[in-house]
Amino acid sequence: MIQVENLHKAFGEIQAVDGVSFTARDGEITGLLGPNGAGKTTSLRMLYTLMRPDVGRVLVDGIDSATDSLAVRKRLGVLPDARGLYKHLTARENIDYFARLQGVPTDEGARRREALIEVLEMRDFADRHAEGYSQGQRVKTAIARALIHDPKNVLLDEPTNGLDVMATRRMRQFMRDLRAEGRCVLFSSHIMQEVAQLCDRIVVIARGRVVADESPDALRLQTGESNLEEAFVKIIGSGEGLAA
Amino acid sequence: MSASLVVFFKEVRENLRDKRTLINALVTGPLIAPLMFVMIMNVVISRQLNQAEAPLELPVIGASNAPNLLEALRQQGFDPQPPVADPIAAVRKRDAAAVLRIPTDFGKSWDKGDPAQVEVYYDSSRRDLQQPVKRLTDMLERYSRLNGAMRLVARGLSPALARPVVVDQRDQSTPRSRAGALFSILPYFFVLTVFIGGMYLAIDLTAGERERQSLEPLFANPVPRWRILLGKIGAICLFSVSSLLICVTAFTVAGRLIPTEKLGMDLGLGPAFALEVVVLMLPLVLLIAALQTLVAAFSRSYREAQTYLGILMVVPALPSVLLSVTPVKTASWMYTVPLLSQQVGITELLMGGSLTAAQVATCLLCGFLVAALMLAVTARVYGSERLAISA
Repeated sequence: MIQVENLHKAFGEIQAVDGVSFTARDGEITGLLGPNGAGKTTSLRMLYTLMRPDVGRVLVDGIDSATDSLAVRKRLGVLPDARGLYKHLTARENIDYFARLQGVPTDEGARRREALIEVLEMRDFADRHAEGYSQGQRVKTAIARALIHDPKNVLLDEPTNGLDVMATRRMRQFMRDLRAEGRCVLFSSHIMQEVAQLCDRIVVIARGRVVADESPDALRLQTGESNLEEAFVKIIGSGEGLAA
Repeated sequence: MSASLVVFFKEVRENLRDKRTLINALVTGPLIAPLMFVMIMNVVISRQLNQAEAPLELPVIGASNAPNLLEALRQQGFDPQPPVADPIAAVRKRDAAAVLRIPTDFGKSWDKGDPAQVEVYYDSSRRDLQQPVKRLTDMLERYSRLNGAMRLVARGLSPALARPVVVDQRDQSTPRSRAGALFSILPYFFVLTVFIGGMYLAIDLTAGERERQSLEPLFANPVPRWRILLGKIGAICLFSVSSLLICVTAFTVAGRLIPTEKLGMDLGLGPAFALEVVVLMLPLVLLIAALQTLVAAFSRSYREAQTYLGILMVVPALPSVLLSVTPVKTASWMYTVPLLSQQVGITELLMGGSLTAAQVATCLLCGFLVAALMLAVTARVYGSERLAISA
């Protein structure tokens, strides 16, 4: 479970995140929806302790990220906005590197690695050097290495960004599988349809603030719009930066 | 396995697969310096030998005004060349190293017993042309002295009267110390090799990782950043030490290829020398690795890091250049300053001297102290929020 309380983060004059609070529960998919530049990535970066919030705190399974950031990172599987691989290593070696850094025992790491390669359909390229991977192959490898330590909480920053239709469908199914395994799945997106389809709970962020935190049905009810797209536009105030 | 070791082995393994890094660290870095060194030395040596033995060929204006003088010069190895129209232009444009001009009234003055004047045109700022100029003036001087002595004898006086003081020059340089003076640039080559050997790795492991967007996922692992930094520094050091070892080995081989015996010199680039150089250089290996990583962490891109480090590469040359332009007596405090201590220490070894245990200990202690400080600064920068953010 991830609890976010009153996060603030400024870069110089710009207030990127201006009071973000929400809770992402186990066994649920929580979507962070917002236009480009709304503060989604910065919020996530504070969740996985890459940045320190100016104000506010993050609790992962009850652990405060400010006091024990290493324990928090152990409980998180993170697909950041930056998903670069080591191009002279194969997918297997890329995954193994993170397994060792996470302190996963060798045989357990190997077992989980092969399971992830199976589920993510990576066999064809798993022993090729990462140089020359397609966008989809890169994302799969990045997800596999992020989940190698079997984290209870999964953070995905725009996981379907740059994927083709088939890969996107598989990615969405994979997120449902993660939910079915009882994990807490939190992902960000600027694609309304995706969020509407997948999420048990939608947190809408605009200009660094949470403007709605509801289930999809409640959102429709609250805005009086039967169409979610209209509902989002109404909440955010404009459709700019969003994609259907 | 400790996280630092995990990072270390991964970086070494990955970079062993990168041809460009390998070529830079194991071929270009360590071998260019010894090769350049051998080439320069061969040119220098053969030029000095040639200049000393070959006939001195210089244009002469007005040769017919002093046939006897010319004949005497010929006997000393002078080969007069056809006159040039403008001696000043010829010297300025480097058409001739020097031009000898004999005025028309030379013979008249000579016969009267007045000082007969000849003119030597040359440019003293052309240091490489000093040798022929000196040879010519020495020949003229010798001819003048000889004829002066003969005139005194003709008047029944002892030639010794005209030379109240005789200077007997006693050069105390040994073959090895002459070699050392010639090779004071050598320590710079070792520093340069360490610098180049680790440079591509240092850029790649910080600025490169950030540019390829793999630093952010790396930092999402439950490992303190300083541990990651230590692993990376370790990998850089391994590559730069390898460069240094190859370079030192190449120098011991190159030492045999240089015909220094023709100049009566002995370089003494043996295995003992090689070992001592490596030991003295160890603190610099760590210091440079930390410094390069620091610069790479500050740079916004791979290219920017490359530019900064290219400029930084000149810094280690400063002690070498300063000491070769204005040689100073080696003082014990110099062993406390990294870079300077390697410069004076290695030069001392080259001159055939040896270092005391205290000097080596000072060099290592102070060197590692400064390296540790640099490492601490780098670790601080590594901990900063902005470091991982690529976009």
